[in-house]
Amino acid sequence: MLKFLFTVIRRDVLLAARRRGDWLTAQFFFVMVVSMFPLGVGPEPGMLRTIGPGVVWVAALLASLLSLGRLFADDYRDGTLEQMLLSPYPNTLLALGKAIAHWIINGIPLLVIAPVLGIQFNLPAEALWILVLSLAIGTPILSLLGSIGAALTLGLRGGGALVTLLILPLYVPALIFGAGAVEGVLSGTGSEAHLSLLGAFLMMSLLLAPWVSAMALKVSVE
Amino acid sequence: MLSVHELACERGERLLFKNLGFELGNGEALLVRGGNGRGKTSLLRILCGLSVPATGVVRWRGESISKAHEQYGREMAYIGHANGIKDDLTPMENLRIAAALGGRVLDDATATAALCQVGLSRCVDLPARVLSFGQRRRVALAGLMTAGALLWILDEPLTGLDVDGVAMVEWMIHDHVLAGGLAIMTTHQMLMLDGLTPKTLSVGD
Repeated sequence: MLKFLFTVIRRDVLLAARRRGDWLTAQFFFVMVVSMFPLGVGPEPGMLRTIGPGVVWVAALLASLLSLGRLFADDYRDGTLEQMLLSPYPNTLLALGKAIAHWIINGIPLLVIAPVLGIQFNLPAEALWILVLSLAIGTPILSLLGSIGAALTLGLRGGGALVTLLILPLYVPALIFGAGAVEGVLSGTGSEAHLSLLGAFLMMSLLLAPWVSAMALKVSVE
Repeated sequence: MLSVHELACERGERLLFKNLGFELGNGEALLVRGGNGRGKTSLLRILCGLSVPATGVVRWRGESISKAHEQYGREMAYIGHANGIKDDLTPMENLRIAAALGGRVLDDATATAALCQVGLSRCVDLPARVLSFGQRRRVALAGLMTAGALLWILDEPLTGLDVDGVAMVEWMIHDHVLAGGLAIMTTHQMLMLDGLTPKTLSVGD
């Protein structure tokens, strides 16, 4: 069972390594969107510090949406998805593996870039640390919930726009608690409450999302 | 081994077939016949468990295939219209990953032997992207050989293959069935199975 999960993850990471262009698009998008804000709203430190956490988080949501389109679509087109669904293991495990791989490929790089981008917004060191921590808990949620949307819209024309409509509302709690944790540090009220709620939300998506997206996959390939 | 009862399939509002049933035991092959759009592919997708029939049930070793997902997954191999291979990986990597996903261990010698058998000895280390359509089909067939499955479900296995390739598939099916395996296939071409007469089933008449 675990071996199957690892194989799914290793396969997706290997494929991403072979197509670095696709992979880099979402990361560059994240960097560009975040960097546009200081240029657009002007260099006033207080203002930048206020909007910083929210901007980084919103950009992370959009970057994750950008890469979700390819989560199942390529495998669906070349028939490997059918083959994986027919494998002797539960399809939930396949959906979980795909979501974890998506996080490794698209989530972890965001964690590495985020502190650098946070400096542009004049965030203090402590807030930067909490920003990375909130993204570390939050980006797996984006991959897990996003896999539901990607599975539901598989094979539909204009699926990309539909994923946005379906999934962005589900991302709202992650956005509120993620950005809230950093704002808590800035305003001195602390970030524990926000981070705990974000963690609870991660546990819930970890339990439910793979199961739902496995069912959606079955419906989509039919 | 495989028994099918009162199968019906609907696509949208249209009924493709109904009351379809057959049994297939060890060492038997079944050729599914029917014109374009009559539901051959739909039938095969139901048989391998990708689609759910409108009514009826497919049983493998006496148990419904939706219940016996794990065992059926180990004993059945399916080749559909799409080859199910990744363009960015070499044929070798494709075989190895497919085996790992099926819970099997595939050593390099076996994989190389299978690729040589389907005539891809010179392409083992090229990405599948640069292979021709027929060569990619051959990679899928090599996957079928290394899958070690008892039941083969083949949807138009001859598409894109040259004369040698067609002979190779005929020989593969022949050997598989003689060794006690089961095969279900659709094709619009003549299939010469050398002394073996497959059962036939017509859909959508």
